Amino acid sequence: MLYREAGQYKSSYTADMAVFPLREDRIGLGIILLIAFLVIPLVSTPFFIGSVMLPFLVFSLAAVGLNILTGYTGLLSLGTAGFMGVGAYACYKLTTLFPGVNIIVWIFVSGFFSAAVGAIFGLPSLRIKGFYLAVATLAAQFFLQWCFIRIPWLYNYNVSGAIEVPTRTLFGVPITGPTSSVETRYLVALTIVVVLTWFASNLVHGRVGRMWMAVRDMDIAAELMGLNLLRTKLLAFAVSSFYAGVAGALLVFLWLGGAEAGDVFNIRQSFLILFMVIIGGLGSLIGSFMGAAFISALPTILKFGLPAIGIPIAGATAEHLNLMVIGGLIIFFLIVEPHGLARLWQIAKQKLRVWPFPY
Amino acid sequence: MADSAAVASRKPLIDRRVTKALRVPLILAGIAILLVLLVQGGVIARGNLVYNVLVDPFVLMVEAPDLLLQTLWEGLVAGVLYALIALGFVLIYKASGVFNFAQGIMVVFAALTLVGLHEKGVPAFLALGLAIGVMFLLAVAVERVVLRPLVNQPDIILFMATFGLTYFLVGLGESIFGGNPKVMITDQLFLPRGATDLEVFGGRVTIQHLDVAAAVIATIMIAVLAVFFQYTRIGRALRAVADSHKAALSVGISLNQIWVVVWFAAGVVALVTGIMWGARSDVSFALEIIAFKALPVLILGGFTSIPGAIIGGLIIGIGEKLGEFYWGPLLGGGIETWFAYVIALIFLLFRPQGLFGEKIIERV
Repeated sequence: MLYREAGQYKSSYTADMAVFPLREDRIGLGIILLIAFLVIPLVSTPFFIGSVMLPFLVFSLAAVGLNILTGYTGLLSLGTAGFMGVGAYACYKLTTLFPGVNIIVWIFVSGFFSAAVGAIFGLPSLRIKGFYLAVATLAAQFFLQWCFIRIPWLYNYNVSGAIEVPTRTLFGVPITGPTSSVETRYLVALTIVVVLTWFASNLVHGRVGRMWMAVRDMDIAAELMGLNLLRTKLLAFAVSSFYAGVAGALLVFLWLGGAEAGDVFNIRQSFLILFMVIIGGLGSLIGSFMGAAFISALPTILKFGLPAIGIPIAGATAEHLNLMVIGGLIIFFLIVEPHGLARLWQIAKQKLRVWPFPY
Repeated sequence: MADSAAVASRKPLIDRRVTKALRVPLILAGIAILLVLLVQGGVIARGNLVYNVLVDPFVLMVEAPDLLLQTLWEGLVAGVLYALIALGFVLIYKASGVFNFAQGIMVVFAALTLVGLHEKGVPAFLALGLAIGVMFLLAVAVERVVLRPLVNQPDIILFMATFGLTYFLVGLGESIFGGNPKVMITDQLFLPRGATDLEVFGGRVTIQHLDVAAAVIATIMIAVLAVFFQYTRIGRALRAVADSHKAALSVGISLNQIWVVVWFAAGVVALVTGIMWGARSDVSFALEIIAFKALPVLILGGFTSIPGAIIGGLIIGIGEKLGEFYWGPLLGGGIETWFAYVIALIFLLFRPQGLFGEKIIERV
């Protein structure tokens, strides 16, 4: 009743091609942004922001990146965590070498380093496809992870072998390091994620996105139609790694504030991000966010939710149970809705549009 | 016109197949000669980087053949084990088209079941039988719960489902048997222990009896599997399914039954692998990293080829040990996590479907 296009007339082609053609969608997006920017920092506790919202934002960004590669271009990659690591270490090196430049600039620049590395490791994609490519990207994952541990120059020869995040300010307010408040870090991360998502949305709805989707649907056909496969595939790898790199920099600088490479940028993380993309929905930006919300919130929900409904569990058992439940849920979700949460959302919107008179 | 046709049909001096086969050794020989010339010419002097990478390892190999032999032997044994894991992957991929990420976990889970049952007081061989039974139950459960509802879904969905299975099995195994590393029951299963020192080339090569047993058992198992696939009714049905699901269905082969058989076979392979690998180190979920070792073997040998899995396993095993021993120190060690992938990638550049994979033919 509330959600329908009746009475909304499009008077130009631009309006016809808008990403959100419905006024209700635009209003809804505005409300979500308002809540994210104003209500959450004002109302919720630092714990909620620090351990729910920040991981959600970081992983959403990484999932958007992987979705560009896997969902839009159809190239399976298992090296996302490695590319995230490149971003994090590049940002760390840059900000310690040139402390005068604003950290926000370095966060974006580190994405370009990651993009370059991603494009190099994307080269095999021209020759191999499918699972062969997935395994080939594992090479990137293991090689990069090895670099993070074995090349002490990357972490400035710290004794701990980890990144120690220095304090950096924006307009005089510390946004990284131990003195920064969790709300400011959240706002910075949110801004970056929103800007990059807007950029990604424009990319995938435009000419570049069409190119990627043509390659996904059938790369030989796309090549016959005059697409340059080399450029298209490498561009997808570069853009995807750019997003992963920025997400990695955010992860270390705004969320964890110091990370051991083996712990954070490991193969499990790559799989989790791939899973976010799949459970959210391949080839859907909003799906990336939904998947990231689901996967990053799941452990927390299980940890605090199960005791709340009366299943008392001890530490070790809880962890094992957690694993079993996550594994079971993954299979369950794939069986129930293989096209991901985004498809559910689409169906819900479709139903809402004709509600309450479906005929 | 006539002239050029005559030229084209003139027989080459050497048969083309011979030249083709000779190309690689010739190139290698050329590189070797070039290297010798460079060393003689003083371009590559002892101590500089190029010398360390290109010459020094080979000098070491020739100077200490016993070390080379030891490294080769260790590589061979590791390769056999990689090949076994890859074999499990290939069995399942051929029959059901599922890239079974859980194979590595199945190895650990099988071994853990065996050891855990023995710890609870079950005699060793009964525990072995029970472990096989557990793998059968697992195969049935996977077919019922995972494969059947997901039939006809895209590959990536099935792949992620096996990823979910991995999580589930880790949780299940740890909650039943505990997360502590366990010792494999080698003595009770009459697996030999100890080592023999062989005097070769004036040096000493140590050969663990267990490794010999592993190689022998692996060979026997592969032979049994080959016979099973070649000569039994189920084996023939299985090859039919591998060729074409639809054609197999249309002649009345039950896909569900075949899937159970295949997952069970992969489970038994996993159990044997788990015993062998567990005897070399402890049995714990840290072993799951060996699954990642098997992946380059797979892309090297091709997802659909059993000989590919075996030969790929040997190449990766030997290449990895040689690389780690002779070139690893130059890079600061620990390169075995990714070196295998580099080997596989180099092969892939020339054969995108792996050494023995089915030729990829694409049409628009």
